[in-house]
Amino acid sequence: MKTHVQTERERWEKKTLEPALKKSPERRERFITVSNEEIARLYTPDDIKDLDYERDLGCPGDYPYTRGVYPTMYRGRLWTMRQFAGFGGPEETNQRFKYLLKEGQTGLSTAFDMPTLMGLDSDHPLADGEVGVEGVAVDTLRDFEILFDGIPLDQVSTSFTINPSAPVIYAMYIAIGDRQGVPREKLRGTIQNDMLKEFIAQKEWVVPPRPSVDLIVDIFEFGIRETPKFNLISISGYHIREAGSTAVQELAFTLADGMAYVEAALQRGLDIDEVAPQLSFFFNSHNSFFEEIAKFRAARRIWARALRERYGAQNPESWKLRFHTQTAGCSLTEQQPLNNIVRVALQALAAVLGGTQSLHTNSYDEALALPTEEAVRIALRTQQIIAYESGVADTIDPLAGSYFVEALTNEVERKALEYIHKIERLGNGSILEGVFRGIEQGFFQREIAQAAYEYQKQVESGEQIIVGVNKYTIPKEQDQKVPTLKIDPEVQRRQIERLQQVRRERDARAVERTLARLEEAARQRQNTMPYILEAVKAYASVGEIMEVLKRVHGAYREPAMV
Amino acid sequence: MNRPIRVLMAKAGLDGHDRGVKVVARALRDAGMEVIYTGLHNTPEQVIKAALQEDVDVIGLSILSGAHLTIFKKTRELMKQYGMDDVLLLGGGIIPDEDKPILEELGVKGLFGPGTSTQEIVEFIRREVQKLRELQPA
Repeated sequence: MKTHVQTERERWEKKTLEPALKKSPERRERFITVSNEEIARLYTPDDIKDLDYERDLGCPGDYPYTRGVYPTMYRGRLWTMRQFAGFGGPEETNQRFKYLLKEGQTGLSTAFDMPTLMGLDSDHPLADGEVGVEGVAVDTLRDFEILFDGIPLDQVSTSFTINPSAPVIYAMYIAIGDRQGVPREKLRGTIQNDMLKEFIAQKEWVVPPRPSVDLIVDIFEFGIRETPKFNLISISGYHIREAGSTAVQELAFTLADGMAYVEAALQRGLDIDEVAPQLSFFFNSHNSFFEEIAKFRAARRIWARALRERYGAQNPESWKLRFHTQTAGCSLTEQQPLNNIVRVALQALAAVLGGTQSLHTNSYDEALALPTEEAVRIALRTQQIIAYESGVADTIDPLAGSYFVEALTNEVERKALEYIHKIERLGNGSILEGVFRGIEQGFFQREIAQAAYEYQKQVESGEQIIVGVNKYTIPKEQDQKVPTLKIDPEVQRRQIERLQQVRRERDARAVERTLARLEEAARQRQNTMPYILEAVKAYASVGEIMEVLKRVHGAYREPAMV
Repeated sequence: MNRPIRVLMAKAGLDGHDRGVKVVARALRDAGMEVIYTGLHNTPEQVIKAALQEDVDVIGLSILSGAHLTIFKKTRELMKQYGMDDVLLLGGGIIPDEDKPILEELGVKGLFGPGTSTQEIVEFIRREVQKLRELQPA
C-alpha cells in the first residue's frame, strides 16, 4: 500500500515538478558530493520510515550515541579548541607553549619534525634539510627537558602527534613527569600511536605492520596500569582522507583499524573494558557539509554497536566514540588563499554539528607554507565565532530528524559496514588479520589512489568545482600575496651540535646496557615499554632506540605501486 | 622514430604525502608516457641512480616537507656530476613563491603546486622533452 507521503510526492512530481523542469531544467544531470555520492533532489519521511528513535538515535549520552556522547554536549562544555604547534628546536616550541599557557590554554599539542616522526636522529643523512622544519626536533631526553622546562605536567594535557616513534616520546614524557615528581596516574594527554593508518595512508614507519601493532599493544598494556588518564591512541581517519579517500572509506578504514586494535589487545589478554575507554579517534572534516555530519553521526553508532555486540564490552565508557577533528588540509587552495578562511569555517561548522570533542582549524596559508601567527589566529577565531556567535552550540544535535541528514547517516553507515565486512572476509573473520592483509595486498592503498584519481578527473572535467582553481580564476599576478613562515637553517646545526654533546657527556655504558636489554626484551616478545623508558632515561636517542627495534623486526619498505 | 617519453616520478625526503605524485603518475601514463615510480623516502642519490638505470627523459620530484631547497640542490649537483643535461627536472608539492626563483635558477624547469591540472603537466613535458630531443644529436 502506498503511504500518504508517497501519494503526495507523486502528485507533486506530476503536477508541480514536471512543468517546472520543462520550463527550466536543473543545473546538472547528477548532483554529487566531493566523495562522488549522488544526492537526491528531495528527501521525505519515506526515506527514513524505518528509523527507530530509541534504537537508531537515542538521546545524547545514551546508546548508540548517534546524537552525541555527552548528555549536555556543548551546553555543558564547548569542544576543546586545540591548535597544533611546533617548529624549530625545543627552545622555540617551549616559548610558544609558555605563551599559550599564559593566554589561558590548558591543552598543548605538539608537532614534530619529519626525522623525529620517522624515528631518525637529526644527524642522519635522510634528515638533512628537514630538522625542525615541519615541527619540533627531538633526539634525546635533553630536548624534552628543554621542551617542558617550567611546565608542570600535572597541570597540562599534552597531545603528541607521533606514530612509529610513539613509544620513545611517550617514555620521554613519563621520564619528565617522574623527574618533576608528578605521579604517573596524573599525566594527561594523547599520543597518536596509530600505525595501521600509517601503512594505509600517511606513510611514516620504521618496522613492519605486525610488530608495529605489537608495540602499540605494549603501550596499551603498560599505559592502562601506569597512566590511566592518558589516551594511548588516536585512531585516525584524517590522513586516509587527505591521501584522497572518500568519506565512506575514511570512516570504514578508520573504524576497521579501531576494531583491529581491539582484537590485538584482546589477543594479548587485556580486558576490553579496560582498553576501550582509553581509545580515541581523529577525523577529517571536508567540503560536503551534510555528508561530513552524517559521517560523524554514523561513526558513533557503528562503534557503539560493534563494541557492545561484537566485542561484548559492558562498560558504557567503552561504547562511546570520542573524536578530534581537523578541517581538510587537502581542500585548501594555493589560488586566492583568503577563500580558504571560508572553506575552513564551513568544515569547522560541520564538525561542530557532528558533535566533535575537539577541533583544529587549518590556517588559510597552509597550501603555501607553514602557517604564520596571524593566519593561526584567524583559524582560532573562526572556532570562537562558531562557538560564541552563531548559536549552533546552544542545542544538542540540531540536525537530527532532518529527512536528508538521517537518510544520509543511514547510507554512509551502510556503505561503511560493507567495507568493514569485506575487510573481515579478507581476514577470515578477523578484522585484525583483514587489515594486515589489506595492507600487504595494497587493498587500502589502491582504493584510496583510485578515489583520488577519480576526483582529480572530475575536477579537470569541471564536474567538481573548486572556486578559484577551475572556476572564477584570476591571473596569478593579481592573486593575493601572503607572507609565509621561514625556518632558520641554524636550527639544524644547533640540534646536531646538542645531540653530539649529549653523546659525549652521557654514560656510554648505561646506554649500551639499556639498549641491549631492550633488544633482548624485544626478541623475547616481552613488553618493551619498561626497557624503552630505561633507555630514554640513560639518554639513548630516538634513532638509537628505533634502530634496536629495526634490528629485531626488520625495516619496512612499501612496495611502490601506482 | 620518437620513442615514448620516459618519466621517473620520485618522492624524495621523509614526507609520505604521495597522493599528488600518484595522481600525476597515472595521468602521465594515461597520456601515453612510460612512468616509473620510486616509492617513498628516497635520497637524491637514490633518485639519480634510478634515473640513470631507467634512462629517463624526465625526473619529477615530489616534496611536501619543506626540505625542497636542500633536496633540489643536491639533485641538481648530482645531475651535473653525471652529465644529465638532457634530462628535464620538475618539481611538485608545497613550494612557497619566494623559493621558486631559487629553484628555477638551480635548473628546475617546472614547478607544479596544488591546483595544477594534470593536462597542464602533460603538455609541459611534451613540449620541453621535444625541445631537448631536438638539441641532441640523432
